[in-house]
Amino acid sequence: MSIDNLQLDDQSRLRHFLTIEGLPRSLLLQILDTAESFAGVGERAVKKVPLLRGKTIVNLFFEPSTRTRTTFELAAKRLSADVLTVDVSTSATTKGESLLDTLRNLEAMYCDMFVVRHALSGAAHFIARNVAPHISVVNGGDGQHAHPTQAMLDMFTIRRHKGGFENLKVAIVGDLAHSRVARSQIHALRTLGVAEIRAVGPQTLLPPCLESLGAIPHNQLSDGLRDVDVIIMLRLQRERAQGALLPSTHEYFQFYGLTEEKLVTAKPDAIVMHPGPINRGVETDSEVADGARSVILQQVGFGIAVRMAVMSLLLGSQAAAEREGNQ
Amino acid sequence: MISFAPIDEQIGRLARGLKSLLADTGRDDPLMVGIRTGGVWVAERLHPAVKIREPLGTLNINFYRDDFTRIGLHPRVTPSNLPFAVDDRHIILVDDVLHTGRTIRAAMNEIFDYGRPASVTLAVLVQRHGRELPIQADVAAQEVTLAAGQHVKLVGPDPLELVLQESS
Repeated sequence: MSIDNLQLDDQSRLRHFLTIEGLPRSLLLQILDTAESFAGVGERAVKKVPLLRGKTIVNLFFEPSTRTRTTFELAAKRLSADVLTVDVSTSATTKGESLLDTLRNLEAMYCDMFVVRHALSGAAHFIARNVAPHISVVNGGDGQHAHPTQAMLDMFTIRRHKGGFENLKVAIVGDLAHSRVARSQIHALRTLGVAEIRAVGPQTLLPPCLESLGAIPHNQLSDGLRDVDVIIMLRLQRERAQGALLPSTHEYFQFYGLTEEKLVTAKPDAIVMHPGPINRGVETDSEVADGARSVILQQVGFGIAVRMAVMSLLLGSQAAAEREGNQ
Repeated sequence: MISFAPIDEQIGRLARGLKSLLADTGRDDPLMVGIRTGGVWVAERLHPAVKIREPLGTLNINFYRDDFTRIGLHPRVTPSNLPFAVDDRHIILVDDVLHTGRTIRAAMNEIFDYGRPASVTLAVLVQRHGRELPIQADVAAQEVTLAAGQHVKLVGPDPLELVLQESS
């Protein structure tokens, strides 16, 4: 079964959300538009809508995460769903239970959705292929492959600040080789039709397939940032990039760390984004991270609205499919 | 055959009914909230006619509907916008057609998630039979009795027109 068939049902509704790759532009826009209508919920007296009341959502985290886990949890709670977070690294799998047995047990508890974060690429797809038909799977980040909700919240942030995508130049800076976020961002930016995507970093941290994905590689930060509208900084994955790939984080900061001085070649109204967690003084200077052009903390808030949109669209497709089946 | 009076005349009738009700009940300085989409069209005309001081609020009750589990999410939802605090205020809730009462229930649930209003008054253009909940309009410009399969719909926004639809 192809990824497209796994993610979309026969009416082209979102069935699972595993990767941006292969999804049509109209669906990405639908996610952004739906998120827009959820964006105000957090500012109300009661920060909740009753849309998913009675639904059960399980966060299955096989890899540590703070931001993604908590924003998925909050998103589910603001939709009035019941949410359960299973930190799998401390649960039955360490006692020898297989992944499929864990899934079967959770299915037996009548859950409606799994949000999966896993260190292995393809884990969410594996789970989507093996769950019961009434369960939707959201990829909360798998290995170095994809992190689609992060990419969508980045797209949401860009659209909020720039109004659209068509004429934008976007630079993604840093460790693209190990970044599932970058991969999903490139697919999303390309599908939404930005003018130019640049991948900026040392050769050792740029994956070889960039051009075929539609991104232009740059090894010089000043070139890469020239006239861009959006700068997306990536975390230097020190645990993965040490040794042969980089001489030192100090040297990395000298050449690729974003400082106010290095921002001068970008457009004056360029925004600076970062999916977090930030290594201050490694890839991003504090002055920039906390500066006027930084939208990093807004991204976190928008992440809740985008995850609410994905969850309600997925469970909405289930409801619609069920109704058609009954007719 | 059912006929509808011109919209301006109906809005005028609704405004007069509403003003006299507000005076009788002592509900001073109310807020007005229209329900998307038809209720907002009516409220946009009613709001100046009743001389409401604060801007018009709009509700989109899609996240409060009771049929999500049956029909899924509605596409393209314009968010609700209540540009005021509702606590201890008198609210006039405006919709185009009152039929089952489910929309009004959803709207009231949403309003109460913004705070605790002093009162909610319901004003509608058309009140028809077919209620499934104990909800009635306080003011209606017109009441109609429809044959089985007939529906009233407000089309707009410019011009606004009430039309009769037949469903098979």
